[in-house]
This record gives sequence, structure tokens and C-alpha cells, in this order.
Amino acid sequence: MAVLVIADHDGAHLRDTTLKVITAAQKLSGDIDVLVYGEVAAVAAQAAAAAGVRKVLTAESAELKADIAEAVSALIVSLAAGYDTIAIPATASGKNVAPRIAAELDVSIISDVIEVVAGDTFVHPIYAGNALETVKTADAKKVLTVRPTAFAPVAATGGSAAVEPVAVAAVTLKTRFVSDEKVVSDRPELGAAKVVVSGGRALGSADEFKAVLEPLADKLGAAVGASRAAVDAGYAPNDYQVGQTGKVVAPELYIAVGISGAIQHLAGMKDSKVIVAINKDPEAPIFQVADFGLVEDYKTAVPALVKALG
Amino acid sequence: MKVLVPVKRVLDYNVKVRVKSDQTGVDLANVKMAMNPFDEIAVEEAVRLKEKGTVTEIVAVSIGVAQCEAILRTALAMGADRGLLIETDQDLEPLAVAKVLKAVVAQESPDIVLMGKQAIDGDNNATGQMLSALLDWPQATFASKVEIAGSEALVTREVDGGLQTLGVQLPAVITTDLRLNEPRYASLPNIMKAKKKPLDTKALADYGVDAAARLTVVKVTEPAKRSAGIKVDSADALIANLKTAGVL
Repeated sequence: MAVLVIADHDGAHLRDTTLKVITAAQKLSGDIDVLVYGEVAAVAAQAAAAAGVRKVLTAESAELKADIAEAVSALIVSLAAGYDTIAIPATASGKNVAPRIAAELDVSIISDVIEVVAGDTFVHPIYAGNALETVKTADAKKVLTVRPTAFAPVAATGGSAAVEPVAVAAVTLKTRFVSDEKVVSDRPELGAAKVVVSGGRALGSADEFKAVLEPLADKLGAAVGASRAAVDAGYAPNDYQVGQTGKVVAPELYIAVGISGAIQHLAGMKDSKVIVAINKDPEAPIFQVADFGLVEDYKTAVPALVKALG
Repeated sequence: MKVLVPVKRVLDYNVKVRVKSDQTGVDLANVKMAMNPFDEIAVEEAVRLKEKGTVTEIVAVSIGVAQCEAILRTALAMGADRGLLIETDQDLEPLAVAKVLKAVVAQESPDIVLMGKQAIDGDNNATGQMLSALLDWPQATFASKVEIAGSEALVTREVDGGLQTLGVQLPAVITTDLRLNEPRYASLPNIMKAKKKPLDTKALADYGVDAAARLTVVKVTEPAKRSAGIKVDSADALIANLKTAGVL
């Protein structure tokens, strides 16, 4: 039967996380519908153009735009009858709403799926990625969050799915939207970047964090990330955090600067294709996962890198 | 105002987990267990709300083996008033935990359920959301700031791309993120006092909840090991290597 994929977007662009979740969904069924909710005008067309999509469903309301969990889960539950699997990107927004949907459908949730073994059997990481659990579900309907970095994206073009608005039932909400505070950045998005440059507590201050990492990130066209220690110390905003409790990334190249490599950080980046560690402590655990290690003070190593990159 | 704080006993976060060689799970024999770090943050927040005078009673609840009592005593030493242990040897899934907690909420009628956003063993990040769905309460997940204003909680949440503030009508479920606060250490006198605080023990069967497993664990394996890398001695050598590897 069919799979409903929930789109991840910012109102103007469909994020490639959505394309990656479609890849995961293709392992379950050929009938894949994508739900775009919130501000749908620009995004629905992008979703319809994605390869392998049967139909794009759109839903608009102020509550959906604010991503209020009660409203989003009511919408998705109202569509659930036509699907045997609901696949949601494991983003902050997806993790917020997916368990609510599962509970309303009285089914278990399978979080952070990294591999589809069969229609009812999935692999997901536990213990901060230090173990992989394969689970088989007995539930007729499956609600999954899918870790986008574990799947390749489907082509963003070539599809020609029909776009179909769905009715949004009125819900009495006990939640009101108060405000948003977005971190403005010209850089590629952390979760989607091909190169990530991350800094740790060793950088010592917010100014140093910027002064050291940004020139390198600019040269590489990279996103900037941070360890939890750097975020907790106030050197970087919290959505820069890479780790078990932050974002999970798997770029082509991950450069860790002044990061020791705690378990919680490794859980967020150890699936990167190539890992580079720059740390003056040769015993730092990060060197155990790094493909290339440079044992040197970042103060000399990073400017030298920037210079050598021309 | 009354707050219910669910706490979970998990492998201490500093311990590196070992997968059993027969692939049935991870080895938890003779390893250090502790309160889930996100739950410590929830207890701390509840205690701070009590210190501000907003909250009058804090009930800590844990579901699991008899040894969970030690975790509840820790919560009591941090400032919770009363403990409730629901004993079971079964390892419950988030949906089952949410159903048991719903039954506890029916008995205790708290105004807020304050809990960690995820447990560091299963990494599911689901129980709080499931509980709010079952109760038909609003939810405010990944909280980095909580303010109670009359019958509403103003919660600042950590979302992708920044922060979002929501107002949720009480009663509500709030789940904590790391930056909400820094949990206190229980002092020795408070640990002694906590031994005298009331702690009820119930059996899972007392709640008449369908806690049957929906998931079968087929196997638990170790993730693929990364092959050992090389150390280079200069930035130039590093760039040369990255070019060879095809990532530059």
C-alpha cells in the first residue's frame, strides 16, 4: 500500500531532506504521496517535480504555518486511512509531531530509521549511535521518522505529480504561537552542506569562533557547526550544535577544530565521508575516527589551511 | 500547582556501551546506571518553579526495575516531594510508558508533566509527545525556557533554524532540552532527608494498562567501525591528502 511522506521546507524551498525520505519510502512502496503543509504555494510545485512522487497533497492554515503539533498531527491523522506507512524526516519539527501521530493511531513509533530492511523491519541507532537496533513491528500502520543523512536524495526534477489540496478540519487548539527567532545565515544549511567546519570549546570565545572558522568555511563553501561544549559556553548559537542532542550530519568532508570528540558529538558526525581533526592534544578521542589528523594548535593550523587553499 | 516529573534509570552517559556478542542487546550487567540527563533537567526546572512559589508539589515517577528507587531518591534529594515507583521487569516501549503515565496523571491530576525530551538509551524522543496526545493536552517540546503566566505556560523551544515561543494552556506536557538549566547536585544533608520522604511502590499490573510490546528486537549490532586514519604534519600535507581523497 501507499506511503505518505511529510515534506520538510521553509515556505520557499523544499529541503533535500524530503528527497532523501522519498528514497527511504521507495523501499516500501511505489505509491508515494508527499504532504506539504504550511506555506505551500512555492513548495508544492517543487515536490511535484521530485522523481517518484505519485501525488502532492497541500494543506494551509495559520496553525500549520506555525507548525503547532496539535494542528499538524490532526491533519496527518485525518489522512492516515489511505496509507500504511507515514514517513517523516527526523528533524526537530518531525520529531515534535511524529510521536503524537503514532499515539493517536495507537501504534508504536520507530525513530531515526537509517535502513529499511523490509516493510515491517527497520534499523535505527540507539545509545548515541553506539549500537544499531533492528526492530520488526507488529503494527498494521507504521509511523517512522527517517534520518535523512542515511539516504541519498531522489532527483529533484523529472517528476510531474498532480497537486491536490486537502481539507483542513478545524481543531480547537490549546496552543498559541507567540514568536519566532530565526538565526540568519548566508551559509549552506548544516544538515545539507557538503562540507562542515565545526569548532569546539578550545576556541575560547564567540569572537574567536567566528574569526577562526568563518574564513575557512568561506573558502570551502561550508556550513559552520559546533560541539555541545562550544554551544553551552555561548560561542555559537544552539542550532549549530552537531551531536546526539543537536543535528546529525553526514557531509562529504567534516573538519573538527578544537573538538575532543565526546561520544555525544561523534553520534552526530561519524557517518561523514571524510573526517579531519585539528587538535593540539594527540590523545583526543576525535583522532580515533578521523581519516586525517593534524596535531597542531588551531591558531596556526587553520590560518595555514586558509592560506594554502588560496 | 502540581508537577509530575517522570524519570528514567539509564546507563550513565559517560559509560561506553558494549553490544552483546549474541546480538540480543547491550550489556547492562555491572555497569553504572544513573538518572537520564534530560530528566535531571526536568527535576531541576520543577524545583526552580517551586522555589519561585509557582509550584506547590513535585511528584517524581519512575517505571522499571526495583533499582529505579535509587533514581527516585536522587530526585527527592534534588527537591521533589514524593516518589512513585511502578515496578516491572519488562522493558516498556514509549507508547506503553505514555499509557502508564496517562493513568498516573488520572490519579495525581498534575497541572504540568515536565519530562526529558529523550532518554539516552533508546534515543526515541517520543514519550512526552505520546503522553500529550493520549491526554489530549498541548505539548511544548525541546524547551529552553519555561515561564508560567496564570493558566498558561510560555515555552521557548529549540527548533531547526533558531527558537520558537509558544503559549500552551495548562495542563500541558513540557519536555526539556539541554539548555533549559544546569541541574544542581544533591547535598549530603538533602540525600539524608530524601530517605525519609514518602515513596510509594506499585506494580505495573495495578494500572491495568496494555503494555504489550509492539516491536520485536531482531538484533542489536555494533555500527561499522571507521578504518584508522593517518596523521599529517602540516596544512599543506592535509590539503594534498584531501585532494587525493576527492573531497576538495
